[in-house]
Amino acid sequence: MTDTSSTDERVKEMSGLRRAMIRPELGGMVGVVAVFTFFLLFAFDSGMFNMQGVMNWTTVSAQFMIIAVGACLLMIAGEFDLSVGSMIGFAGMMIAIFGVVLGWPMWIAILITFAICIAFGALNGYIVVKTGLPSFIVTLATLFILRGFTIFIPQTVESKTIIGGIREAAEGDWLAPLFGGKVGGPIFQWLGDNGWISTFTRGNLEGQPVIDGIPMLIIWAIALVIFGHIVLTRTRFGNWIFAAGGDAQAARYAGVPVDAVKIKMFMFTAFCATVFAVCQVMEFGSAGADRGLLKEFEAIIAVVIGGALLTGGYGSVIGAALGALIFGVVQQGLFFANVESSLFRVFLGVILLLAVILNTYIRRLITGER
Amino acid sequence: MKSAMKKLMLTAAVIASPLMVSADGHGDNLTYILVSHAPDSDSWWNTVKNGVALAGEQMGVTVEYRNPPTGDLADMARIIEQAAAAQPDGIITTLADFDVLSGPIRAAVDQGIDVIIMNSGTPDQAREVGALMYVGQPEYDAGFAAGQRAAGDGVGSFLCVNHYISSPSSTERCQGFADGLGIDLGNQMIDAGQDPAEIKNRVLAYLNTNPDTDAVLTLGPTSADPTILALQENGMAGDIYFGTFDLGENIVAGIKDGTIQWGIDQQPFLQAYLPVVVLANYDRYGVLPGNNINSGPGFVTASGLEKVEEFAGEFR
Repeated sequence: MTDTSSTDERVKEMSGLRRAMIRPELGGMVGVVAVFTFFLLFAFDSGMFNMQGVMNWTTVSAQFMIIAVGACLLMIAGEFDLSVGSMIGFAGMMIAIFGVVLGWPMWIAILITFAICIAFGALNGYIVVKTGLPSFIVTLATLFILRGFTIFIPQTVESKTIIGGIREAAEGDWLAPLFGGKVGGPIFQWLGDNGWISTFTRGNLEGQPVIDGIPMLIIWAIALVIFGHIVLTRTRFGNWIFAAGGDAQAARYAGVPVDAVKIKMFMFTAFCATVFAVCQVMEFGSAGADRGLLKEFEAIIAVVIGGALLTGGYGSVIGAALGALIFGVVQQGLFFANVESSLFRVFLGVILLLAVILNTYIRRLITGER
Repeated sequence: MKSAMKKLMLTAAVIASPLMVSADGHGDNLTYILVSHAPDSDSWWNTVKNGVALAGEQMGVTVEYRNPPTGDLADMARIIEQAAAAQPDGIITTLADFDVLSGPIRAAVDQGIDVIIMNSGTPDQAREVGALMYVGQPEYDAGFAAGQRAAGDGVGSFLCVNHYISSPSSTERCQGFADGLGIDLGNQMIDAGQDPAEIKNRVLAYLNTNPDTDAVLTLGPTSADPTILALQENGMAGDIYFGTFDLGENIVAGIKDGTIQWGIDQQPFLQAYLPVVVLANYDRYGVLPGNNINSGPGFVTASGLEKVEEFAGEFR
């Protein structure tokens, strides 16, 4: 450290390559390359990389991305939300209750569900900042409360735990296609007609392209990732998020409204979970009491693979999105590679461990901590 | 000259070999995928895995087994889409929730993949999604038959231990049983969860508060095994009327020692084995049975337990 003593380390010259390489997302990027190399080698001709296969794992990755963006920003702000999975089940069920059982217009059902779920997110945040309890415990309680309601409410009003008919109820609604629709259908038809993408060669869909549009789920995922990335890296609020998670007390002294930031992040996480849920019920047409089981951990795993620090103050939305991509590709890819599906968890554990070790090393390079 | 001839023959062989395979239908490379809705933790599906493995071996086809690790049906829909993308010769799947799964299944049928519905769902739903046939046990009817049997034995009230409350077919079993008895289901069905200790304690608590319950109905080994322990603990074993869906090692032992009056065997082995046989013969020779296949219900009682005992948990 003798040679740098003359200049302040914050303005120290860094080579362009080093600056480009040493980023929080580096671990995620390496992981993506590794995972794709693996599956290109072992599952290339299994249908994984034809249009249908690509759409399959892209959709699954997009699902993870939606909840990972919320979880990532919240984790950078120094908190956890374990109620994400229960929130997904709860939000879906609320839409079914309002839209199908009570028969309200679907757009009202969707908006009210968003309001209720974001309110639960705000409540999570309020309790955490007011009591100073670890968010781990507070949201664990919410996990059980919401899951309990998700089973109790449909059991009481309909005496069943799956409520269907949402697709029919959403017919002709103006807001529902924003979550359950597909875009670009004519483009794909045109591509298919010109033979640029493959079409079905048998069955009664013969001649139609194998992909009939990009689901709104994927559009939402991309939009949320871009939104999260810009907020985090290009705005004052983004700096507040880092500050609140890095050292809350120091941030308060510097005038950052830490409590407000944290509550907003809990609300954003709830918003993301609700987006996930609405997309799901609009696509599948029913809400079930067991939807979203363990999704909170899948979100956290994606975020951690993407380089965020569990203790807050450090991370990247792009990294979380790459983490979600890795997760989705591995989960579906193992099916394509015809690996015994019970080994999925083994792979997941190994990837998680490797990612965390790699990310820790990269973070030390960036922050200079020992 | 000789070498040129050799080259020519070799080329012909290389060109012909893929053609020869496709000459008799799909030849010997038939691949089927079985997708279930069961979480990894559900041991009952082991019989299904063994069933498809045996059928695959006997028919000389490849059968892959896939399931959503947590039992989330939305994840299962993605697995069916994935299976369709892998372009197998046939898909065998459960239809645990018509709303969620009908879309992906219909899409697979529409691209020309043969589908057989097994286990969950109804014959009508199977027809609606365009499946070749349904192989399984109609759940409500099985519960109803069991309820009638119990009513004949003098049962007037019961406890239904539901360990998979989020699956509509589980609730249908309880509902069918209540209707067979001619009583209201009401509060007699409890959400037992999946954990053995919790199930045991919930059964104990229910029977403690409702000591005049006539009968216990469990929906499979997951709820039956802890219920047996609970009844042994509170001394009701052998006294209270105990019927169960499905079989397992402990259930068979329970039937043998008189704790359990009967087990309803839906014969999951057949649900896994028969679709593979049907699909392979359909693809090879174009033959197809004209109807759905009911694999159950069969009542297993203390008489004639030997075969069941020998293969419990493996093929029974």
